[in-house]
Amino acid sequence: MLDVANLEVVYNDVILVLRGLSLEVPDEKIVALLGSNGAGKTTTLRAISGLLGVHEGEVTKGTVTWKGSEIQSSEASNIVKSGITQVMEGRRIFAELTVDENLRTGAFTNTDKASRDDAYARAMDLFPVLKERRSSTAGYLSGGEQQMLAIGRAMMSDPELLILDEPSLGLAPLLVEQIRDIIVDINKQGVSVLLIEQNAAMALSIADYGYIMENGKIVMDGDAAKLRADEDVQEFYLGLHTDESGERRSFKDVKHYKRRKRWLS
Amino acid sequence: MADSSSSSPLAGLIKSPSLMALAAIVAAAAVFLVLQAANDPYTFLQALMKSFGLGAVYALIALGFVLIFKATQVVNFAQGALAMSGALFVSFMVSDGHIPFTTIRNPLVDMSPSWLGWFLSVLVALAVAAILGLIIERLTIRPMVGEPLFSVAVLTLGLEIFLRVFNNDAVKIEFRSLEVPWGVDGFNIGEAFVSWSYIAAMITAAVAFVAVFFFYRSRMGIAMRAVAYDQEAAMAQGINVGRVFAIAWAAGAVLAAIGGIFATQPPVAQTGAVQVETQLIAFRTLPAVILGGLDSVQGALIGGLIIGFAEIMAGQYASGQTDILGAGYPLIVPYVVMIIGLLIRPYGLFGTPEIRRV
Ligand SMILES: Nc1ncnc2c1ncn2[C@@H]1O[C@H](COP(=O)(O)OP(=O)(O)O)[C@@H](O)[C@H]1O
Ligand SMILES: [Mg+2]
Repeated sequence: MLDVANLEVVYNDVILVLRGLSLEVPDEKIVALLGSNGAGKTTTLRAISGLLGVHEGEVTKGTVTWKGSEIQSSEASNIVKSGITQVMEGRRIFAELTVDENLRTGAFTNTDKASRDDAYARAMDLFPVLKERRSSTAGYLSGGEQQMLAIGRAMMSDPELLILDEPSLGLAPLLVEQIRDIIVDINKQGVSVLLIEQNAAMALSIADYGYIMENGKIVMDGDAAKLRADEDVQEFYLGLHTDESGERRSFKDVKHYKRRKRWLS
Repeated sequence: MADSSSSSPLAGLIKSPSLMALAAIVAAAAVFLVLQAANDPYTFLQALMKSFGLGAVYALIALGFVLIFKATQVVNFAQGALAMSGALFVSFMVSDGHIPFTTIRNPLVDMSPSWLGWFLSVLVALAVAAILGLIIERLTIRPMVGEPLFSVAVLTLGLEIFLRVFNNDAVKIEFRSLEVPWGVDGFNIGEAFVSWSYIAAMITAAVAFVAVFFFYRSRMGIAMRAVAYDQEAAMAQGINVGRVFAIAWAAGAVLAAIGGIFATQPPVAQTGAVQVETQLIAFRTLPAVILGGLDSVQGALIGGLIIGFAEIMAGQYASGQTDILGAGYPLIVPYVVMIIGLLIRPYGLFGTPEIRRV
């Protein structure tokens, strides 16, 4: 289980981005982390995966516990070795490398050849498209194929927890569905999933549990079914309700309305 | 910024009158060389072999620059001092007959045949050079990760000067022989004389480039290319960036050392011994590196060969004009060729336009 507790993250020693964030990813579950642009989702991922240093960021408070040990100050490579891998926002495939070579980078920490071959075979099963394009330069793949490659690459380390950062970003609806099904497949193989999304409809349709974050904090959490049914979530994250004028209320209005409500009560 | 290079170089050539003029000069030079070759084939052949010999040395040193730059984005200005250090290690091994920095006698020098002992000694010296590269990376480069690249480049310049002090002290006023088995001998093709050292440099360069080709397809090599392309994404795969840096520096130091050995040989120098000038080989190689493209392995090879060719041919056929050009003009030729190349392709012939960095 992954347990993030009271996490505080600061960039460049001054920019406080996470303000006491807590969340849990139980084994073999899919957990959704939702929030709009700039909420701090990617920062949370960086804190879990040891990549804050690259961005001059630092965990100043709180802990990230994975399988019983604290990892918030571990090196990225050791975190991958311990079983957490990620699909980064924007895919970040190695465009100059071939599809096969991209997959091999994902297996870097996996020093056992047999297990590497296994992972490779599984990736090929999961993504038949990649099989056909094994030796082509990854930069020439379509956006959807690149996302599949990014997921395939992450699976090459044979992870126990897979974290995906906005995998549906920029993809056509049909592809989003495909990616969603793949995540479900991966989870069925026993891999825990932390799914970071702005596309709440997609994420909550497959998640067991969900967290909603704003301004570096969790503002709401609960079973996915409960979140799907929640009126606020429907209105502001699922885009189901419109107000009287027929226009969706902006996010700013919501915050204003919420603040006033709290003020009055 | 990338716009200028996105159009094909040929299209740019046709559009710009100054580039047309340059193309005309290159064409004229080519015609001139063909005429010379037809007129006196042996002189031309001799110059050609010499140019390959020099080009191979440039390509070897350029390859070291490129390996380090590609992996770490650092232009290593200490390559020259590393070249000289490597050559000195060889001289410690084969001339003084002991392992560098120790009093342990090198048993290999007593081997027979002696050329085998020499060759094995060189391998040990290259291993010592690799260790030097690792130490430098660990002590001075790794702590600077994330700092501005300009600062790191300046730091390598400081390293160059630091190492030079030791190197020059080791050479003092006496040259240090490398006891190269083929010495300054050579063979004749008709009337053309070819130094064995040209052949040795060409074979070594071929081996080095083939080795890098295969390395880049190995697990660690793929990791290195991944780090070169996107360091953070590579880290996210669990690739140990520190280890990749270390390997790049070790390889760069070995290539510099090999280049340093050849820098004591014809056509670079005639003495067969390490001397103060040996370390200048890296600065002489810079035009080849920049012409080929700082981040391109094939650029290192092609850049090295082009610069070697231009330098030798100019030295061979323009020597009647020294009162106009000045006696040292062949050493200027590489820079002239580099500038011409950069006018056509600002990132070098094979370089990548935008340098990615997280
Ligand atoms: N390297 C950085 N330095 C300073 N601020 C940053 C850095 N990266 C992100 N931020 C800031 O942190 C906040 C959260 O960013 P991020 O974690 O990327 O959000 P999300 O992924 O939810 O869109 C934003 O306000 C962003 O501007
Ligand atoms: Mg993000």
